[in-house]
Amino acid sequence: MSSLASGARPKTLGDHAPVLYPALMLLVFFVVPFGIMVTVSFFQRVPGGFYDPSFTFDNYARFLSAFFGNVLGFSLGLSALAAAICVGLGFPFTYLLTRLERRRQIVWLVFLLSVLSLSEVIVGFAWSTLLSRSAGLSNLLVAVGLLEQPESWSPGFAALLIGMCYLAFPYTVLLLYPTLVRLDRELVEAAMTMGASPLRAFFTVVVGASRNAILSGLILAFVFTLGIYLLPQLLGRPQHWTISVMITDQAVLQSNLPFGAAMAIFLMLVSLALVGLTLLLGRRKAAA
Amino acid sequence: MIGIWGIRIFMSAIGLVLAAPLVVIAGVAVNEGRVLYFPPRGFNLQWFADILRDDGWSGALLNSVSIALLSATLAVSIALPLAYFLWRWRVRYAAALYTLGTAPFVLPPVISALGFLAFWATVGFYGDFVTVVISHAIFFVTLPMVTITLGFQSIDRGLVEAAATMGATPGQIFRSVIFPLVRPYIVSGFAFAFVLSLNEYIVAYMVAGFTVETLPIKIFNSLRYGYTPVMAAVAVVFVAVALLVFGLVARFGNLPRLLGALQGQDR
Repeated sequence: MSSLASGARPKTLGDHAPVLYPALMLLVFFVVPFGIMVTVSFFQRVPGGFYDPSFTFDNYARFLSAFFGNVLGFSLGLSALAAAICVGLGFPFTYLLTRLERRRQIVWLVFLLSVLSLSEVIVGFAWSTLLSRSAGLSNLLVAVGLLEQPESWSPGFAALLIGMCYLAFPYTVLLLYPTLVRLDRELVEAAMTMGASPLRAFFTVVVGASRNAILSGLILAFVFTLGIYLLPQLLGRPQHWTISVMITDQAVLQSNLPFGAAMAIFLMLVSLALVGLTLLLGRRKAAA
Repeated sequence: MIGIWGIRIFMSAIGLVLAAPLVVIAGVAVNEGRVLYFPPRGFNLQWFADILRDDGWSGALLNSVSIALLSATLAVSIALPLAYFLWRWRVRYAAALYTLGTAPFVLPPVISALGFLAFWATVGFYGDFVTVVISHAIFFVTLPMVTITLGFQSIDRGLVEAAATMGATPGQIFRSVIFPLVRPYIVSGFAFAFVLSLNEYIVAYMVAGFTVETLPIKIFNSLRYGYTPVMAAVAVVFVAVALLVFGLVARFGNLPRLLGALQGQDR
C-alpha cells in the first residue's frame, strides 16, 4: 500500500509517471531552446537567412568594439542607478507597509501587483503622456504659476530613469516583502525601550537585520532593469539605448540571430553571476 | 522627528507617483477629439467602443485573451503534476526541474525570448498562434509552480493519513482531500499567469511579432503613427483587469501569505 507521506523515494516506474509530462515540456521547450541559442551564438550570420553552421568567436569578439563597450557601460550604469533608487525608496516603504494593518496591506499589495503586471508598452506610453507638453505635468506647474509655458520632458534621460524605476519599484517591494514581514517587531520595540529614537531604531535594527535582503534586492533590481528593452525606445533618445534594445534590434530587425544570441548569453552570464552572488549571500546568512 | 505624519506623507507620495500615469491615461482616454489632452477636453467613451468596433483592435484583443487563457491553462497543467510529485516524493531531479522552471522569471526576459526565437526558427513553427501559447506557458510556469507548491505545503498531513487509514484509495484521497485544499492556490497561479501573459510583449514579439498581433504589440506598432485615445482606453482596460483579478485573488485567497512565500521558504 502506498502511503501519501512525503520523504519517501518513488519505487515503481508508475510512481515517476506524474513528473514525465512536466519534465518533457520543460526540457523540450526550455532547455532545448537554450541549447540552440548557445549553439547559434557561435554560428556565422548569413545575409538574408537566419544563420549558417560553423564555429566562430566573431560574435563575441564584436563586444570589444568601442560602440558596444559604450552601450554596455551605459546599460550597467543606468541599471545601477535605478536599482539604488528603487531599494533606497522601496526599503523604507516596504518596512512601513508591513507595519500597516492587514486590510490596508492587502489594498497596497493588490495595487502594487497591478502596477507590476503592466506591460512595458503601457508604462512607456503612460509616462510619455504624463511628461508630454499637451497632457503632462508641466501644465499643472503652469497652472500653479511655477512655469511660464508647458514643456515636454520626454524623451530624455530623466524620463527613462523615472520609467525604469516605475517598472522596477513594485518588483523590488515584493522582493523585500517576505524578509521584512517576518522581521521580529520586538527587536525594534526593544531598541526603543533602550532609548533609541524610531529613526535610529530603524537604521540600526531594521537595516542591520536586513543587510542581506537589501543587497539581494539591489542585485535583483539591477538584473531586472538590465532586461528592460522597450522603455529606452519610448522614453529615451537613441544614445540611451541599452544592451537589451541592441539584442532585440540585432535579432529581429537586423536578422542577425548569431550576434543577438551572443549578446543574450553574455547578458545571461552577467545576470547569473549576480544571482549566484545573492544565493551565496543568502546561504551565509542561513549559516550564521 | 518624523512621526506619523512624515510616514503618511512618504507613503502617499509613493502612492501618488505610482498612480499618476494611470490617472493621466484614464483622463486622456475620454477626450472628445483625437488629441491627447490632460485634463481632457470634452467627454466621450467612444474610444472604448472603438476597441471592439475597429477590426485591428478587436482582433488583437481576441488574440491576447485567448493566448492568455490557453497559456495559463497549459502552465498550470505543467506546474500541478510537478508540484504534486515534489510534495509526495523526495527526488533530487524533481527539485532540479523546479529550479529550472523558476529560471525564466529570474533572468532578464529578453534572454528567454531570444531562446524561444532561436528554437521556433529552427524547428519551423515561427509565427504561429500555438507558438505564442507554448512560449508564454513555459515563460510563466514559475507562477503556478510557486503558488501550487505552497498549496501542497499547507496541507495537514494528518488529514491525508486519516483518510488513508479509513481505507480511501490514493485516487480518492487526491480527489476528495488534496485537490479541494490546493484548488485556491491553483486558481491564483492561473490568475497570475493570465494577467502577466495578457501584458507580455517581448516573448510574443520575438516568436510571432509580425503575424500574431497581441494588444501590447498592437499598441507598440501604433505608437509609431502617433498617439491615439484608443491606446489609452486599452491601457485603462488592462489596469482594470489587473485590479479586478488581483482583487479577487486577495478576496478569496491569502495574498500576504502568497507573496510572503515568493522567496526562500520553499527551498
